[in-house]
Amino acid sequence: MTPDKAKIAAQFISAIPHCKALNMRLTGIGDGEAEMELPYDLRIVGDPETGVIHGGAVSALMDTCCGAAAMSHPSSPAATATIDLRIDYMRPATPGQTIRTRAECYRITRSVAFVRATATDDDTQSPVATATGAFTVETK
Amino acid sequence: MARPRPEPVQTVKHRRDTALSALVHGVPYIQFLGIEFDRRGDELTAILPFDNKLIGNPMLPAIHGGVTAGFLETTAVIGLAWSVLWDDIETGRIDTEQLSLGHLPSMPKTIDFTVDYLRSGLPRDAYARARVNRSGRRYASVHVEAWQDQRNVLFAQGTGHFLMPPRSTGNSEHNG
Repeated sequence: MTPDKAKIAAQFISAIPHCKALNMRLTGIGDGEAEMELPYDLRIVGDPETGVIHGGAVSALMDTCCGAAAMSHPSSPAATATIDLRIDYMRPATPGQTIRTRAECYRITRSVAFVRATATDDDTQSPVATATGAFTVETK
Repeated sequence: MARPRPEPVQTVKHRRDTALSALVHGVPYIQFLGIEFDRRGDELTAILPFDNKLIGNPMLPAIHGGVTAGFLETTAVIGLAWSVLWDDIETGRIDTEQLSLGHLPSMPKTIDFTVDYLRSGLPRDAYARARVNRSGRRYASVHVEAWQDQRNVLFAQGTGHFLMPPRSTGNSEHNG
C-alpha cells in the first residue's frame, strides 16, 4: 500500500465514531496486514477491582484491525463486513498499558477473507488475546 | 406444615433490583456503552440504547462489530453471574446493601467468545438475552441472542466459555 493510501486508511479508521470514542489508532497497514493500538482508559474498565480493560473493548480493537487487514489485501475490494469473530482471552491486560494488535489476512477468496490477530500490552512476549475471523469480500 | 408467610412483593423486588443494579452499574465499560437490564422475575433482557458513538460504519450506518461483541459478552457475563447468585440473593445469604456499596462478588472470567454477525446492526436500540447452557463448578458455557425490532430476527448471536470464580464452601451446588 502506498503511503498516501495508508494515510487515507488511518484517517478513515479515526473517523469511525466508535473508534474515535475509544481513541483507537491505526499504526500500520498494507498488503493484508494491519496494526492498531488502544490506549488505557478508565471508562472502558471491565473489572473495577483490578482496573483491567473489558473484553468488549479488546473485541472492538481486534474487529477493526482484522477488518482493516482484510481491506488492505491487494486482491480485496473497498469494503468488508465481519461474518464471525472468535476471541481467546489468554491473560488480563496490565492496567495502565496500551493494547497493541496486529492482524493478518492469511487467505482471501472471491467471497471470504480469513484473518487472524494477536493483541499484547507492554509484555510483547505473552499475548493478551488472539482472534480469528471470517470477513466478507464485497463485490465492487 | 404451615408455609412461612411470603415476604411483601416490594421487599423481594427491592432486593433483586438492588443486587442487579450493583452488578451492572459497578462496571465502567457497561456504563460507557450505556447497557441497562430489564428484569422480569429471574429473566434478564439487556438493552443497548442507540448512540452515535456506537457506530462502526458511518456510510450505512451500522453499529460497530466490537460494540455488538461487547454487548453480547456483557449480557453473557451478567446473565451467568445472575444465575449463580440467584439463590444467595433470594435467601439473603448475599447482603444486597453491601453489593450496592461496591463490595461485588468475583465475576466469571471470559475464556473465549465467538460472535456470529447475522445482519448489520441498525442505528436503533438492541436487545439481548443469555441462556446458560452449562454452569459447572469451574467452567460455564453461555449462548446469547441479540435482536433489534423483531424478536425473531436476530442480528447477532454468540457463544462464550467462562472460568467461574472460586466459590466459598457451604453454598448451594451449581453443577447440573
